Amino acid sequence: MKKTNNAIKISKGERIFDVFNFLFMICMMIVMFYPMWHVVCASFSDARLLSAHTGLLLWPKNFSLTAYKLMAKNPMILNGYGNTLYILVFGLALNMVMTCLAAYVLSRKNVMFNKVLTVIIVFTMYFSGGLIPTYLNIIQLGLENTLWAVILPGAISTYNMIVMRTGFAAVPDSLEEAAKIDGASSIRVLWQIIIPLSKATIAVVCLYYAVAHWNSWFNAMLYLTDRAKFPLQLILREILIDNDTASMVNAMDVGVGDASFVGETVKYAVIIVSVVPILCVYPFIQRYFTKGVMVGAVKG
Amino acid sequence: MLKLSNGAAADDKLSFKNRLKSDIRRNYPLYILILPVLAYYLIFCYKPMYGALIAFKEYRPDLGVFGSPWVGFYQFKRFFANPDFVRILRNTLTISISSIVFGFPAPIILALLFNELKMPKFKSVAQTISYLPHFISLVVVCGLVKTFVSQGGIIYQLVTLIGDKKVGLLSRPECFVPIYVLSDIWQQIGWSSIIYIAALSAIDQELYEAARIDGANKWKRVIHVTLPGIAPTIIIMFILRMGSLLSVGYEKIILLYNPLIYETSDVILSYNYRVGLEQQDWSYSSAVGLLNSAINFLMIIVMNKLSATFSDTSLW
Repeated sequence: MKKTNNAIKISKGERIFDVFNFLFMICMMIVMFYPMWHVVCASFSDARLLSAHTGLLLWPKNFSLTAYKLMAKNPMILNGYGNTLYILVFGLALNMVMTCLAAYVLSRKNVMFNKVLTVIIVFTMYFSGGLIPTYLNIIQLGLENTLWAVILPGAISTYNMIVMRTGFAAVPDSLEEAAKIDGASSIRVLWQIIIPLSKATIAVVCLYYAVAHWNSWFNAMLYLTDRAKFPLQLILREILIDNDTASMVNAMDVGVGDASFVGETVKYAVIIVSVVPILCVYPFIQRYFTKGVMVGAVKG
Repeated sequence: MLKLSNGAAADDKLSFKNRLKSDIRRNYPLYILILPVLAYYLIFCYKPMYGALIAFKEYRPDLGVFGSPWVGFYQFKRFFANPDFVRILRNTLTISISSIVFGFPAPIILALLFNELKMPKFKSVAQTISYLPHFISLVVVCGLVKTFVSQGGIIYQLVTLIGDKKVGLLSRPECFVPIYVLSDIWQQIGWSSIIYIAALSAIDQELYEAARIDGANKWKRVIHVTLPGIAPTIIIMFILRMGSLLSVGYEKIILLYNPLIYETSDVILSYNYRVGLEQQDWSYSSAVGLLNSAINFLMIIVMNKLSATFSDTSLW
């Protein structure tokens, strides 16, 4: 009798826990999602009404496209997009070549210098020369104020390389041996056997690099002086952090009194424009992202 | 005895030479393939390490790293004697330790809670939404933080319900650490939980059955089955976290701070950035950066050693 009583009690406690856990998850999702929703609503709101609004913003205030229209007139945003795409395309190409090469060589067995090479490479994950010597190095290489100053230092990410190496190492050795007997060169083995069989890992690593390029701003800030070369994130920084909306909002267009209010909505609109590409693809690719973390969890 | 070992050594040497020869004959295409990668690491990682030598010199761009005169530990002494030193070190440790105390357990708890969810569909939606902030750029996150905590922003309104209404929260020194830590948790909690979720899914379900039969309730099963099951992952993540004890996310600090709140927000690396790139005090800032790298490296070695000794879990 006592035993059944006990069992019921436990299940009751567990049911209460489940309910609270469910409620907690709902709250968590709201907290995670609300800021983005707020931005969406604010960007479509009427500037004056928005500035008077207090509390949560659940729906656009008096739907208006003014902010987007103003932004479309600004050449810097489009230019920033262009620069970011340039960095993304060339950076990604370089990333994939370098990462595949390193991962392929380091995943081969019976290669005498692989241990030494691995130590040389992994050591850089834990120790670096520091910000200033790195900066001086780039300047000495003559890369200042070129987009290559942003691309080349990030040519390979050691973490991503390890993820890739783990993926490559999972391809059965027998396939490579068979190809070698048929006279295939190393590069051919990589290109025709290893890469086609590791598509999932390659997709994951590719996405990691792409997101990193899209979101990066620090190196661009350090090395680029010409505004025409600024990637999108650096333009965003001027607008969001330095609060410089003057270049975005021409008082002639909106009336002097409204300029500062409109500046506020333009801020939200540029956030949307910069985040939308990621938000659009995110639901479809997020499971690949998580897969990468799990592969990377296998220690180097 | 001596002779024997000598003989063995000679034998080894010979076989090493032979091994080397056959290895190069067999694997030279691989060594050629990795050359560009090696070149990258030498030029972009090891050359700056050599460049860090200017921390012990008085760097003059016209003389280069090699030609600049040595000054020993002069730059380091300057840093220790600097009136800002105590403030910077205190801020770095405060922010870092608060991030560890609040930010490190958060994703573990979230993973445990995900693990207890019964509805698979709801679970995957909740997980997907929790990862989302990780993909938003730092510039945008800081822009959001700035908008929400400045006057009229939603968090400002919430806080001023109980606190006083004077200036935006980012102009109040006492608010910086909570803003930094909480926004960090917001952005990373979901993403960081993935690795623990992976570890949780690897726990043998039979252990839970056995515990249940032995009469363990949910809480006891978490303590005695779940936590020991993910302990190696927790330890590895903790070692890595301790290795960046002094590397507080300075990019974020540079985006968020302003001279009004340097008192609580200026850390070693943001200071390093300012004296290096804004005041161009090359040698001094290199010394600050090198000290930071060296301590971090030491931390990771010590933590790894401790972990290997006490728990058989280690990074390498």
